[in-house]
Amino acid sequence: MHEMSLAEGVLQLVEETAMREGAQRVKLVVLEIGQLSAVEPEALRFCFAAVTCGTIVQDAVLEIVDIPGAGTCLACGATVPMAEVWGECPACGGGFLQPSAGTEMRVREIEIE
Amino acid sequence: MCTVCGCGAGETKIEGEGHAHEHVHADGTVHSHPHGHDHDHHHEYGAAAPAAHEHSHRHADGTVHSHPHVHQGEHVHEHAHAHGIGGDLDFGTGPACAHAPGLSQARMVQIEQDILGKNNAYAAANRQRFDERGIFALNLVSSPGSGKTALLVKTIELLRDRVAIAVVEGDQQTSNDAERIRSTGVPALQINTGKGCHLDGHMVGHAVERLKPADGSLFLIENVGNLVCPAAFDLGEHHKVAILSVTEGEDKPLKYPDMFRAADVMLLNKCDLLPYLSFDADLAEANARRVNPNLTIFRVSAGSGDGMSAWVDWIAAGLEAQRGKHDESVEALKARIAELERQLAAK
Repeated sequence: MHEMSLAEGVLQLVEETAMREGAQRVKLVVLEIGQLSAVEPEALRFCFAAVTCGTIVQDAVLEIVDIPGAGTCLACGATVPMAEVWGECPACGGGFLQPSAGTEMRVREIEIE
Repeated sequence: MCTVCGCGAGETKIEGEGHAHEHVHADGTVHSHPHGHDHDHHHEYGAAAPAAHEHSHRHADGTVHSHPHVHQGEHVHEHAHAHGIGGDLDFGTGPACAHAPGLSQARMVQIEQDILGKNNAYAAANRQRFDERGIFALNLVSSPGSGKTALLVKTIELLRDRVAIAVVEGDQQTSNDAERIRSTGVPALQINTGKGCHLDGHMVGHAVERLKPADGSLFLIENVGNLVCPAAFDLGEHHKVAILSVTEGEDKPLKYPDMFRAADVMLLNKCDLLPYLSFDADLAEANARRVNPNLTIFRVSAGSGDGMSAWVDWIAAGLEAQRGKHDESVEALKARIAELERQLAAK
């Protein structure tokens, strides 16, 4: 359940920004979570609700933007979609795929008032 | 995490540090968390003067007590407190600094920051410290029961006459592992993560402060037994070493690819048991390399000592490389001193 630590990391970034901006409350939190990152979005939602309880982020809507996974074949150089963090290249039939997109875990933006 | 009030971060315990606070909730549940004061912790990225702030606790009977809380040293913790919710209502804080009835002050603020950014900054500070001091740091990760502690004990026995060693032990509870390590004669510090499932860069930074590893030494971190969560958290180590034992399944690297991708060394442990098992060691290695073709793999047995010499040689080579970095940083500092002295003489 490292999603709890990640949720606390999100809360920290959001609270810092909201306080710096003089916000009364946070209405929306937008995250970018790559499909190849080590995050289970549903677990993160559950933990986010738990850690934000009693903060100015309490009633915020959590929007998780899915970033599709993609990788580059180290053998033939093709860029192909990836559903898992490792895989063999479907284009040349065996090259190792190095993930090039979909590993991110970021707080993109928040809506405050 | 405390399931009563949702407070999650206070359960980490570093041996001998701080004192416990006890909270009583309305339903009678009591939980306590330790609370360290005297931080001397060098994370140098803009932390300003020691910060003092007031903590206040409200108990079930309505009494509130507060106490000031001063952090010493260069390390300032950024505890985010949501103050001011119940305070003044200011309608003039919107983008136009004015309020027109019915006009929402809501606005978007870009953050664009990595969720693990803070951890990564702590890890980078740890790594810089290791490099400047020529320390070689390894983060040992595996599922529980793969033999991490036995392997550490054997490794220490083989290396302790050649190099200074310090060990950090991560477990949810007990200091059994640190005691096992201490019985070999090297210093060890137990970190109990409470309900936490991994060590993070911040905990290890504190452990480095406490253990004060010698220049040119070996710093071994035994992570919490868990093949999932520790993969995501950089501690500032030079290598993650994944341990797979032959009493597990050959397909474990395929089942838990994040960890075997995050690691760059794999130890296949308990190999002395292979004659009694149907475990296919070649298949296990092939599976690990499908997930991570760059893995360096050693077949070892902490019990019998088989294969340990290759692993120990690999550590010795790493130590040598780190000492080279240390010498470089010393040379760079000397050159800087010489240059400054030249400038001073010219004034």
